[in-house]
Amino acid sequence: MIDRLISGLFRVYILLSVLFILMPILTLVVFSFNINRHPRLPWSEFSFIWYEAMWNDPAMQSGFVNSLIVAACVAVIATFIGFCTAYLDYRFRFRGKIAILAIFFMPPTIPIVILGMVFLVYLAKIGLFGELHSVVIGHVAYCAPFAMALVRMRLAQMDENLEAAAWNLGASEWTTIREIIIPFTRPAIIAALFLTMAVSFDEYMIAWFVSGLNETLPARILAVLQGQVTPQINAVGSVVFVISISLVLVAQFVLIVRRPQSERAR
Amino acid sequence: MSMQSESRGPPTGSRGPYWFGLLWPAPSVSWQTAFFIAPLCLLVAITFWKVANFQLSADFTTANWVSMFTAGYFWDAFLYTLFLAAVTTVLISIIAFPCAYALAFKVSPAIRRLGVFFLLTPFFTSFIVRVYSWQVILSNDGILNSGFAAVGLGPFDMLNNSFSTIVGFFTLAFPLVILLHLLSLSNVDRSLIEAAHNLRCGRVMTVFLIIIPAARVGLTLAACFAFLLSFGEYLSPSLLGGSRPPTLSVLLVDTVKSGNHWPKASVIAITMIVTLTLILFAAVKFAYHKSPGADRD
Repeated sequence: MIDRLISGLFRVYILLSVLFILMPILTLVVFSFNINRHPRLPWSEFSFIWYEAMWNDPAMQSGFVNSLIVAACVAVIATFIGFCTAYLDYRFRFRGKIAILAIFFMPPTIPIVILGMVFLVYLAKIGLFGELHSVVIGHVAYCAPFAMALVRMRLAQMDENLEAAAWNLGASEWTTIREIIIPFTRPAIIAALFLTMAVSFDEYMIAWFVSGLNETLPARILAVLQGQVTPQINAVGSVVFVISISLVLVAQFVLIVRRPQSERAR
Repeated sequence: MSMQSESRGPPTGSRGPYWFGLLWPAPSVSWQTAFFIAPLCLLVAITFWKVANFQLSADFTTANWVSMFTAGYFWDAFLYTLFLAAVTTVLISIIAFPCAYALAFKVSPAIRRLGVFFLLTPFFTSFIVRVYSWQVILSNDGILNSGFAAVGLGPFDMLNNSFSTIVGFFTLAFPLVILLHLLSLSNVDRSLIEAAHNLRCGRVMTVFLIIIPAARVGLTLAACFAFLLSFGEYLSPSLLGGSRPPTLSVLLVDTVKSGNHWPKASVIAITMIVTLTLILFAAVKFAYHKSPGADRD
C-alpha cells in the first residue's frame, strides 16, 4: 500500500518535471493559432494570421533562407572535421593527441556570449565580419565536437580486426577508408550532418554578434524580442521548433533504426 | 615516423603515402588554429589595447583592467552572477535528483525511455523561442496571471526579477542535469543497494548513505554543467530578468553593443573564463578526491 503510494508520487513528480520542460513549447504552439494580440487566458479564436504575417515578412523570409544556407554549410564542414578527428582518435596514438582533443572539445564549454564576442572582434579585425560566411566560421568550431562524438561512438562499435583484415588482404589505407570505415560509420555521419544542422539552425548568439545585416532567423528573432514584440514570434517559434525537432528526429532515426541493418552486414 | 610506430597500422605493402597519418589531424588543427585559438589570443591581447575617439588601436596599457576592476558596478555584477548561478545549481541539483531517481529505480524501462526522449527534446530546440514563451507565460497580463485573475488571485510579479531569470536557467539546464543524474544513478551497483536493504537500512537512509556517495562523481559533474550554463547565459537575465541588476553576460553585451568598448568587454570575458575554470577545477577535484573510509569509488 505504502509502496504503491510512493511509486505513484514518484510518477507524478516525473510528470511535473516533464510538464515544466514542455510547457514553453506547448504554450508557444497553442498561442501561435490564437487571434488575440496579447496571449492570455481564456484562449480567444483560432486563426492563421500570425503565420500569414510571418510568411509575408521579408526580414523573416531572408532570415529563414540565411539560416538554411548557414546550417547546410556548417553541417558539411563540421561533420568533415568531426569525422577526421574521430578517425584520428580511433586509429592513432601519439604525443599531443590529448591536447588536440582537449582544445577540440573546448568551444561548447565556453559561454556562447563570450564566443559571440570573440568571433565579432576577430572577424572584424581580419575583415570577414557581417556576411553569412562569418556565421559559418563562428558555428563550425562550436558544432564539430558533436559530429566527432557521434562518429567516434560508432567507430568504438567496430571490430578493430576489420580494418587489419582489409590491410592484410592488400587493400591500401585509402581503400580501407573508402570501403570499410566510411560505410561502417555512414549512419553516424548522416546523423552528425542533421544534428550539427539543428544546432547551427538554432544558434542565436554567435549569429547575432557576427551576422551584421545578413541576419539568420534566430538572430532576427532576438532582434525582434529586444524591441516591439509581436505574436508573430509564436508562429515563427513553432516553425523553428518543428524544423529543429525534425532534424533531430531524422538523426535519431538514422542512428537507431538503421543500426540493425549495418550490423547484419558485419 | 613515430606516429605510425605507436599506432596500429597496415603491413608495408598496403601503406599509403608517408603523409597519410598527417592528414587526419590537419582539418581540426588548422581550423581550430585559425578560427578558435587565434581569436582567443586576440581576446587576451585586446584587453591591453586602447580606445581613442571610438577607434581601437594596438597598445600596451593596463588601463582597461584597472578601470574594470576598480568599478563598483563590475563587482556587483560579478557577485550577482555568482549568486544566481550558485542558487540555480543548488536548486536544480535538489529538484532534478528525485526525478532521476524515480526514472532510474521506480518506473518500467518503457516509461524510462519515454522520459529520456522528452528530456532530450528541448536540448535541440530553439532556446531563444522557449525563453520568449516564458515571457508570455509569466508577464503581468500573461497566461499564468490571467489564469490567477479568473479565480480572483494576483496579479503576481513573476517577470523582471531573479525568479524569472532562474526559471530561464532551469529551462536551459534542468533537462540536462536530470539526464546526467540518471546516467550516474544507472551506474550505481545494485548489489550495494540490496545489501543496504538487507542490513535494514531504510529507504531514505539508503539514498543518502549509499546511492548519493556512490554516484558522487556524476552528481558533481551535473552540478558543474548547471553552473557553467547559468553563469554565462545571456537571454534569461536580459529577456526574463529585465537586465536589472545586470549579470556579467548582460554587462558584456552592453559593453560591446552600446558602449562599443571591446577592450573592456574582453576584460569581462576573460574574468568569466578564469572564474569558470577555477570553479570547475575545484569541483572536479572535489568529485574525485577519496572520502575517508571509502575504499571503492
